[in-house]
Amino acid sequence: MKSTEDILTILENVCDPEVPVLTIQDLGIVRDVRVISEKEVEVIITPTYSGCPAMNTISMNIKFELLAHGFEQVIVTEILSPAWTTDWMRESGKQKLKAYGITPPQYNTVANPRESEAVIPCPVCNSTHTTLLSQFGSTACKALYKCKDCLEPFDYFKCH
Amino acid sequence: MKTSLLQYILHLADNSFIHGHRLSEWCGHGPELEVDMALSNIALDNIGAARSFYQYAAELEGNGKTEDSYPYLRDVRAFRNVLLLELPKGNFAETIARSFFFDAYQQLFYKALMNSSDKQLAAIAEKSLKEITYHLRFSSEWVIRLGDGTVESKQKMQEAILKYWDYTGELFSASEIELDMQNNKIAPDIASLKPSWEKIVSDTLEEATLSYPLRADGAWFQSGGKKGLHTEHLGFILTEVQYLQKSYPGCEW
Repeated sequence: MKSTEDILTILENVCDPEVPVLTIQDLGIVRDVRVISEKEVEVIITPTYSGCPAMNTISMNIKFELLAHGFEQVIVTEILSPAWTTDWMRESGKQKLKAYGITPPQYNTVANPRESEAVIPCPVCNSTHTTLLSQFGSTACKALYKCKDCLEPFDYFKCH
Repeated sequence: MKTSLLQYILHLADNSFIHGHRLSEWCGHGPELEVDMALSNIALDNIGAARSFYQYAAELEGNGKTEDSYPYLRDVRAFRNVLLLELPKGNFAETIARSFFFDAYQQLFYKALMNSSDKQLAAIAEKSLKEITYHLRFSSEWVIRLGDGTVESKQKMQEAILKYWDYTGELFSASEIELDMQNNKIAPDIASLKPSWEKIVSDTLEEATLSYPLRADGAWFQSGGKKGLHTEHLGFILTEVQYLQKSYPGCEW
């Protein structure tokens, strides 16, 4: 029978449909895994934002991935508490985000809850000379900034 | 008890759903691209919260109910949202005024609901509170920008604040269901949230150089939504929202 670790390794193949450089584990949305039997497994996930339209696709992709690895019954359960936070994102995931052109969350929300005072560096030229265009970007999890040095408009994955 | 809880959950769901729907009407019509995206994002958060509540209601009620049964298959009189949220979206200042009043309320309300003895309601509150913080920042910043802006924007913002004021009392006036839930430690005491709400509103209006609507103690406020007595506007929303399910019952795509 496969172990919890085996399942987590298989889930490394499931990416976020909106930001495909990140896996769902980079994001920290896989909260628990329960191997019920040889053929049956439950994956417990939590949404990033309440209205995140990617959740259905993520559930479906988890099912496909585990079915492809020999499971016959895959249950995906969504929980809301504790509420997802960017503090659960992996460091390696944050680096992948930056390479992809999105500035990763800059602070730990518990240690530094006042994000409005944070300096958000440009993912292209690393300049800290940037300005907020909108708190709400192309998806719920991102804000829109502009670099005043290289003039690149960019997404910032906001601390949440 | 179970019936009251179900009614209470639907009241919370309907508030988020109707507010989210009204905001979604701005999608593609915002005064500028960033505002368009912001209002659509906020609409999505509200509809997301509504889904969590409707899913919980369906789980509680059973009988083959799903999250879609409530928004698509109930008639006007079954909805329990407050009147403030169903009024037409109006001009941009009016949407901002209405959103600001509701966001300030929701932030206080969700903070209190996190202490609910009902674990699922507490979880939804914890999740939504993080999102509401962004909403309130957006709406209050716009109240200030429009109020302390040009002569015209100030006038429009002030008129909008006055126009919706009569609808804010219902937020803090508990229905029988809410009192029942409060006695069971499921719902917070919403009347007790009013002083904190008034503080947020008066501080923001002051910064916006706008007048705070002065009302005598015990002044009359519009109400009825919590009892299912709605304005004519809700019927028009539902006609649009429910069109597909009414024309093609059970349709899925």
